[in-house]
Amino acid sequence: MPPLIRLTAAEARLFFREPLNWSLMLPVAPILLIILGSIPAFREVRDETTGLRMIDQYTPMVVVAGLTILALSMLPQVFAAYREKGVLRRLRTTPVHPSRMLGAHLLLSGAFACGVTIIVLAIARIVFGVPMPENLLGYVLAFVLCALAMLSIGLLLAALAPSGTSAGAVGMILFFPLMFFAGLWIPRSAMNETLLTISDFSPLGAGVQAMQDAAAGDWPQLLHLAVMAGWAVLAGLLAARLFRWE
Amino acid sequence: MAIIEVERLEKRYGERAVVDGVSFAVEEGEIFGILGPNGAGKTTTVECLEGLRSRDGGEIRVAGIDPQHNGGELPHVLGVQLQESELPERLTVGEAMSLYSGFYRAPVDWRGLIDELGLSASITTQFRRLSGGQKQRLFIALALVGGPRVAVLDELTTGLDPQARRDTWDLIESVRDRGVTVLMVTHFMEEAQRLCDRLAVIDAGAVVALDTPAGVVARHSGPPRLRFRPSAPVPWTTLENLPGVRSIEATGDQIAITGHTNGHPQSNQHQNQHRHQHRNQHRDEHGHEHRDEHRDEPIVQSVMTALSASGVTAWDLHVDQPTLDDAFLALTGQDLVEGTL
Repeated sequence: MPPLIRLTAAEARLFFREPLNWSLMLPVAPILLIILGSIPAFREVRDETTGLRMIDQYTPMVVVAGLTILALSMLPQVFAAYREKGVLRRLRTTPVHPSRMLGAHLLLSGAFACGVTIIVLAIARIVFGVPMPENLLGYVLAFVLCALAMLSIGLLLAALAPSGTSAGAVGMILFFPLMFFAGLWIPRSAMNETLLTISDFSPLGAGVQAMQDAAAGDWPQLLHLAVMAGWAVLAGLLAARLFRWE
Repeated sequence: MAIIEVERLEKRYGERAVVDGVSFAVEEGEIFGILGPNGAGKTTTVECLEGLRSRDGGEIRVAGIDPQHNGGELPHVLGVQLQESELPERLTVGEAMSLYSGFYRAPVDWRGLIDELGLSASITTQFRRLSGGQKQRLFIALALVGGPRVAVLDELTTGLDPQARRDTWDLIESVRDRGVTVLMVTHFMEEAQRLCDRLAVIDAGAVVALDTPAGVVARHSGPPRLRFRPSAPVPWTTLENLPGVRSIEATGDQIAITGHTNGHPQSNQHQNQHRHQHRNQHRDEHGHEHRDEHRDEPIVQSVMTALSASGVTAWDLHVDQPTLDDAFLALTGQDLVEGTL
C-alpha cells in the first residue's frame, strides 16, 4: 500500500477515535440546516416571481459553513499540533516525507467536506423540499473551487500557527467574518453596495453566489470562479513558501 | 570499517558557529557516545548526520551516504530516535509499528521487535497512556523497525527515573547485540561510562577528547588520592619514595596521599595547553584509538603494603578514584551535577 493511503487510513482512524473531533466538526452543518429549516419564515415563499424561499437561498450557505469548519479548524489544528509535537520531524527521519502527511489531511478534509455536503443537500431535499441544483455541473464546479480556496487558507493557517491550540483559535476567529460575507447574517441580496463588493471578493461570498446561481440553473459568474481560484492559488503559494516541518 | 565518518563539520546559525570543526569516526558494531554540556553542539552534530540539518562545512558519510544528498537512501540505513518528538496521542503501539514498518523497503518483523523490547502487552495501548519508559522503548522500536545499520539515540534517558534509565541501558546493549551500530548522545556520565566503547567529548562546538571512557578519565582527570587515620606514626620517607606517589600531607590525625595523574604527570595549570594539543592530535588521527600506556600505578596497594610492613593500620580509609565526571569537569570546566544519579 502506498504510504499516502496508509497515512490517510491511520489519520482517519485517529479522527474518529477522538469524540470531540467528529462530534463537533461533522454535524454542525446538518444541524444548522435543520435549525434554519425549522423556522416557519424560512419556508415561506419570499419572491413570487422565482418562487424561492429563504431555506433555498440559505442551503449553499450551510454547505460553505460545513466546508469552512473542516478547512479552518480540523486541518490547521491537527497539522500545527503535529509540528509542535515533533510528529512531522520524526517522519522526516523515515523514507516518507512529511508532505505525505499533508496530502493525507487534504484528502481527509476534502472527503469529509464532500460527505457533509451530500448529507446537507439530502436533508435539504428530503426534509425541506429544496430542489436539487438545476445546473449540477456548475454547482460541483463552484463547490470544488470553494473547497480548494478554503483548504489553501487552512494550509496557510497551518503554516503560520505556532501550535494546535492557536491554529484552532485563529480558525474560529476567521470563521465569523468569512461567514458574514457569505451572507449568514445579512443575505447577499440585502447587502449594500460596499458590503456586496467585499462579499464578491471574499472566498465564501463568491462561493455562495456561484452555488446559488448554479442552483437556479445558471452558470456561475466568471468573477466568482476567478475569485475562488485566486484565493486558492494565492493562499496555496504563500502556504508552500511559509510552511515549516518543524 | 568506519560506518560513520564526520570530518571538520561546521554549522553556523548566523554569525555563531555552533559546530566548529568536529571530526570523529564510528566503527561498525560500536556503541559510540557523544558527550557534552547543554548547548555544546551535540544535537546539532547528530542532526547534520541524520539529514535534518544542512551543514556549512566539512564532510559526513553514513555507510557511504552523504546525508545532505542521500536520494532517499539514508533512512534505510540510519534509524533515529529523536529528542522531544512525540506521536499522535491516540495512536496505539501496534498501529504505530505497523504504519512505520510499512514505510521501509525491508522492515524487520515489528511484532518480534516490540516483544524483545517488552511492549507486547501494550500493543493496543494509546501513545498518551504509555509511561515515559514505554514511550522510549517505542521510540527505540521505531528507530529499529526499518532494519537500519546504525541507530542514533539522542538523550534517550533524559527525564526517566533511575530504574527506567537502567532498564534502557540494557536495551541499548541489546540493540548493539542485534548488530546495529549505536551512536548515542548523552549528558549522563554514568551512562557514557557504562555503555560506550568510545566517546567524543564535545565542548563549544569542538571535540575536546576522543577515546574510550577509561582513556578519557586517564588522560583528563585529576590524580588518585587516598586518606586515612594511621594507628601509629607513618614511615614518611618510605611512602614518599613509593612509585606513583606524588605528595603526602598530614591534617590533624589524618594523612592524605596523592598519586600522579595517570599517564600525564602534569599539573592542572597546563590544562589549556594540554587540551589544545589533544584537539590537534585528534584531528590528525580522527577516530583511531590512541590510548597510550598510561602508568596505572596501584598506589593504594603499594601504600597499604608499605604501611603493613611498618605495622601501621589505616583506619577510615577513603580512596578517591578519578571518574568521567572529573575528566569532564577538567575538559569543559562544567560540572554536571544533574548528570549524577
